[in-house]
Amino acid sequence: MKEKIIEKILTLLAFSAIGVLLLITVFIFKEGLPLILKAGIKDFLFSAKWAPTKGHFGILSMIISSLAVTFGSIIMGVPLALACAITLAEFCPPRLLVFLKPTIELLAGIPSVVFGFLGVILLVPVIREYLGGPGLSLLAASIILAIMILPTITSISIDSIQAVPLLYKEGALAMGATHWQAIRLVILPAARSGVVTAIILGMARAIGETMAVIMVAGNALKIPSSILDPVRTLTSTIALEMGYSAGDHRTALFAAGIILFVFIMALNILANLLMRKK
Amino acid sequence: MGFKQAFIGFSLVIFLIALGCSSKSGTQSHSLTIAGSTSVQPFAEKLAEIYMAINPKLIINVQGGGSTAGIKACREKAAQIGTSSRELHPDEGDLTKIIIAKDGIAVIVHPQNPVNDISIEQLQGIFSGKIRSWSCLGWVDKPIFFVNREEGSGTRDSFENLVMKKGDISDEALVQDSNGAVREIIANNPQAIGYISFGIVNHQVKALAVNSILPNLTTIKNNRYTLTRPFIFVFPSQPTDLARRFLEFVLSKEGQKILEKEGLVGIL
Repeated sequence: MKEKIIEKILTLLAFSAIGVLLLITVFIFKEGLPLILKAGIKDFLFSAKWAPTKGHFGILSMIISSLAVTFGSIIMGVPLALACAITLAEFCPPRLLVFLKPTIELLAGIPSVVFGFLGVILLVPVIREYLGGPGLSLLAASIILAIMILPTITSISIDSIQAVPLLYKEGALAMGATHWQAIRLVILPAARSGVVTAIILGMARAIGETMAVIMVAGNALKIPSSILDPVRTLTSTIALEMGYSAGDHRTALFAAGIILFVFIMALNILANLLMRKK
Repeated sequence: MGFKQAFIGFSLVIFLIALGCSSKSGTQSHSLTIAGSTSVQPFAEKLAEIYMAINPKLIINVQGGGSTAGIKACREKAAQIGTSSRELHPDEGDLTKIIIAKDGIAVIVHPQNPVNDISIEQLQGIFSGKIRSWSCLGWVDKPIFFVNREEGSGTRDSFENLVMKKGDISDEALVQDSNGAVREIIANNPQAIGYISFGIVNHQVKALAVNSILPNLTTIKNNRYTLTRPFIFVFPSQPTDLARRFLEFVLSKEGQKILEKEGLVGIL
């Protein structure tokens, strides 16, 4: 009897988490969708003119900026994270791994505002000085995000590399492959779905990051034409303008939230599908 | 047994929450919430600090969020007083407003920038993206980085009305979401230009003369400095007793003196 009650309570709690997600989804769509329909999907997605207090609701430049920043961070972060994961999983003595892996995971625990602050103080002046432009730029945001997604990609990649049966590696080595050949030709292909999942989860983190990006990206609304141009992502716009918005401006921010929501959902579903395939 | 303990724990939590709620409602009559413009915030904080020193039992919370949010909070009774650094829009006419002080919008550059004077037309040119090089203002041929405030900001609203008239600010502008953040960018970049509340200007940046008139207390008070705007307190037509007394303090000689000391221009 008691057992049953506790079981029911736990089930209820589990469903409440899903319920919260459901409520958030319904709320965002309820608030934002009317504006998308009013402004017209085409004008909303494919116009770059954003002046919500004057009746222009085009978010194209923000979509492009969000994607550019995300890809920038992936290009810089993935090779680093993969190298890190391979080293730790394959070349590192187990005793050091016990110490190093939690250290890398700790990187994920640093608040994003700290990354942003470091970026403004250290990175932005260097970019302005040596590469030109205002310093606050697509490049600065990508570098900061690359560091921020490092722990996510590294730790999931380590797990998936370690999950490859030892038999594969031993087989490859027995056939005369060197250690590196075994990693490149046998272990990495076998761990591929896990690594790709890690990259996708890293992308989801990058596209959703807000505070650090606001601080280093410069937030200009123009579509960037070089990596030294300032950019404004979807998340930045919502956070920057939320406090001041009213009426259509407010619903426009929710509408931008819908697009962000769709992006992140798509990435997560993709990651889940790949995980299941494994 | 474990079940019983959980129940006792649960009721304890409920009890504590109830206790927390009741103690909060107990102090409600002695607390005042002021919310709104980030430009007004530091001055409201200073006033609140001194008013609380005179009335030790009173607690005043000063929050930012922006002019629009402050007006909204005041209307929804989340704050007793809303603050605004722009004139009220026509659809906000249900609230009562009082001008507590005047502020200048200072156009600022890096202290190493040799430019000292700028005209309204030049400002228009820079912020609309037509003037792109400092050589047009008599300095070296380097690009101008101009810093704007975010859509909806009271300072931006005033700047657009006073400088841009009907033109739009170019979307190439860097955007920051507070006076302090704009100042920080200008202080670190010799080629940047931006606009902030006159009271926020400090030694890190240099305020330019606009149409040959430097912003200072006298030129803002007599409106010779063109970029001036009112700082407004808004409240429902029936303000609470506490709010009314605080307003009286702000408008008193003493309150106005505090505002002037902090860099604003009084209305007396």
